[in-house]
Amino acid sequence: MMLIINICREKLHYLEFVKPIEDILKSLNIPFRTMHYEELDKKEISRADKVIICGTSLADNDFLKHLDCFSWIKGFKKPILGICGGMHILGIVFNGRLKKAKEIGITPIVFKKSFLGLSGEKLVYALHSLFVSSSQFDTYAVSKNCSQAIKHKTLPFYGVLFHPEVRVHSLITAFCTEV
Amino acid sequence: MISFLIIIPDKKGEFYISLIFICLMKLGILWSGGKDSAYTSFLAKKYGYELACLISIIPKNQDSFMFHPSSAEQIKKQAKVMSIPLVLKRTIGKKEIELIDLKEAIKEAKEKYKIQGILTGAMASVYQASRVQKICNALKLECFNPLWQKNPIEHLHDLLKDNFTAVIVKVSAQGLDNSWIGRILDKNAIDELIASSHTYKINPAGEGGEYESFVLNCPLFKHKIGGVN
Repeated sequence: MMLIINICREKLHYLEFVKPIEDILKSLNIPFRTMHYEELDKKEISRADKVIICGTSLADNDFLKHLDCFSWIKGFKKPILGICGGMHILGIVFNGRLKKAKEIGITPIVFKKSFLGLSGEKLVYALHSLFVSSSQFDTYAVSKNCSQAIKHKTLPFYGVLFHPEVRVHSLITAFCTEV
Repeated sequence: MISFLIIIPDKKGEFYISLIFICLMKLGILWSGGKDSAYTSFLAKKYGYELACLISIIPKNQDSFMFHPSSAEQIKKQAKVMSIPLVLKRTIGKKEIELIDLKEAIKEAKEKYKIQGILTGAMASVYQASRVQKICNALKLECFNPLWQKNPIEHLHDLLKDNFTAVIVKVSAQGLDNSWIGRILDKNAIDELIASSHTYKINPAGEGGEYESFVLNCPLFKHKIGGVN
């Protein structure tokens, strides 16, 4: 079963950042369970076959104050996809650092290597003021300002800074069905 | 802010009364008068947010990139039946100038009604959503788009389920002729829109500007408002 992790501080943001991911999984007939990161326990984490950590709003960095809730990632061996804030979390857990780079709206990016079925130039939807840099991840795609897609050097952990639930559903489909 | 009294038992079996204050986030709604801004407001209220004011921009230009050309008088009627104050601005409706006017209106709402966030009915328009995000970011406001990426057919069915009465006031798409103007978005109309979306590849919820709607009644209204010319 897929575990979807909601990192939004505001309840209403669930509809904007989590439900669109749920809708994509429903269209693929993939069973999932959604939980807020503050509700996670060892049992739920161990039941998950894969994990998607969703993004949140531009003004919401509350999850960065609760990084202890994500310490389980270091011992997790199954695939994780981190989207925007979820990518920040993946990078930080592996000693990464956050840096400033604001991008809002349609943003051109370039994939240097194939990443979850994507390659070459793409137009994606960005909504972030930070990005993460970690030496334990390889960069697969970049925009003019920062890394946009990363993968852990040895573990099946993928991060995208842009929002694939907007315009790039195929990336989520590839993560669900091909990883 | 809402407040209420609760009675709490202590370990000795005695009771004491406590006054609890809960601060709800105050939101300004980008209000066009149509079904999407009304439904997004309904959702925000359902999730426990305070609808502090409506913000409406009336463009002179019929082909505004950002706003529906609505009637100021009709929007005032909607604000009245919701008992929510209205910040109303007019714009010539030219690209970029209308964004400056929108920013000014949101700034006014922030100062006057102490809003902490903006609520929009954006579903798929990256152009509109990203411009509002930029304004909110500049004014240090949260931005909420509860209909973002929502399936348009699911949205239309939710409008019916939650007792929204909206009328079509403008059409601009193949498959939608002038006979649609004045039609209520009831089950038959929705079924026809869904059928047209398959035939003509239009968005059945009108997100691509295929049609504009105006809400006559919904759970936020104290009573139904009169018809629209």
